[in-house]
Amino acid sequence: MTRRTRIALFLAGAAGFAVLLGFGVAGLSPFGHYPGPYGKVISRVEPSERHVTNVVAAVVFDYRGLDTMGEELILFCSVMGVALLLRETREHAAEHVRDPVESDALRAVGLAAVPAVVVLALYLIAHGYLTPGGGFQGGVVAASGLLLVWLAGEWRTLRSAGPQTLVDPAEAAGAAGFVAVGVGTLVAGGAFLENLLPLGTLGKLTSGGTIAIVNWLAGLEVAAAFVLLFIEFQTEVQVERQKDRAE
Amino acid sequence: MIGVQLATIALVGVTALFVVLTQDVLRQAIVYGIYGLTLVALFVVLQAPDVALSEIVVSTIAFPLVILATLAKVKRRDDRKK
Amino acid sequence: MSYLPYALAVWLLLVGLLGIVISRNLIHLVICVTIVQSATYVLLLAIGYTSHGTAPIFADIPQTRKTVDPVVQALTLTDIVVSVTVAALLLALALKAHDRAGTLDPAELTEMRG
Repeated sequence: MTRRTRIALFLAGAAGFAVLLGFGVAGLSPFGHYPGPYGKVISRVEPSERHVTNVVAAVVFDYRGLDTMGEELILFCSVMGVALLLRETREHAAEHVRDPVESDALRAVGLAAVPAVVVLALYLIAHGYLTPGGGFQGGVVAASGLLLVWLAGEWRTLRSAGPQTLVDPAEAAGAAGFVAVGVGTLVAGGAFLENLLPLGTLGKLTSGGTIAIVNWLAGLEVAAAFVLLFIEFQTEVQVERQKDRAE
Repeated sequence: MIGVQLATIALVGVTALFVVLTQDVLRQAIVYGIYGLTLVALFVVLQAPDVALSEIVVSTIAFPLVILATLAKVKRRDDRKK
Repeated sequence: MSYLPYALAVWLLLVGLLGIVISRNLIHLVICVTIVQSATYVLLLAIGYTSHGTAPIFADIPQTRKTVDPVVQALTLTDIVVSVTVAALLLALALKAHDRAGTLDPAELTEMRG
């Protein structure tokens, strides 16, 4: 069918779909009048049960830890899929491509920003269960800090800072560590991913029990996964660039 | 509903339309970054700082980067075929 | 007026679907899929919002203060990070499609080649 028929058919279908969705959404309680008891109960109960000030982090890593484990495995599988697709038919790994950044200003400011970004990422991960932040947010910032090394410096530096033999096991260790914590609590006599470690005092870094450990493991996995993604996609570009230069 | 909430909701709706109607992919990557920032404003107004932090890093750094890398490779291959 | 954020979620879903239908480039299609995903985030956070509620972080506020729902925020924040990786997988598939067929136009990629 032509493009026009396709768009016209879609608009007709979308009108009906919009009416259906509107009818469904009108059945929700009005905006601002949250009805359900679960959110209110968790907010009230959590500081005394888990001694952690960021309730969202406690829900992510403890109360709904099984969902987070599922999400981490989705992350692991899609990164594995990207690596399988892109590494399969590559003639060479583009490890020794030289493309230094010419501008001195970019180099100076960019490379000076790298330690600042990495420290910010580590702070976000470490204080994730006290203030807004956490393993997921800090992990992506850490990967971007490493990416700055390439953007402000040279491709070879990024490949030697994050070689395949380091990044792949790091990502796997993050995902497997989460499952290992769950199995460990099973072995120790509790439920899967139950918080069995000493809970510490509210507001200090040594609070939360397994929440702190799982937080760091999630940060490790997300950081390694994003570094792997960036390197895989950029290697494709560098391979094409080398082919251009060879001609 | 207070003014800030209305303003951010309107901003998100309008920017989404712009993202969809931009056909050039390079421009769309930049407009998508702007759309991510409007979403961040909406998440902060809805009192969700953790979600806003996730969305900032993802929509301004991670996602445009993979899009631009894909675009660069496709463009180089197309240029070389000509 | 009190259902406006839910209407925004429905609008984002439909706008994203429109983008998928009118798209001429596989990368443009992946970006429109991401817009459809952001419709779900807006819906979840709008459901959890309580008026005069604050962020569910008790680092510097008394624990008796009314907060918004933390469970929907937990669901949304892991989802945002994971959706980027899934979009990267879709882009890798688009790269491979361009490898085989030489084009990124969905209309020209319709036939299966053996």
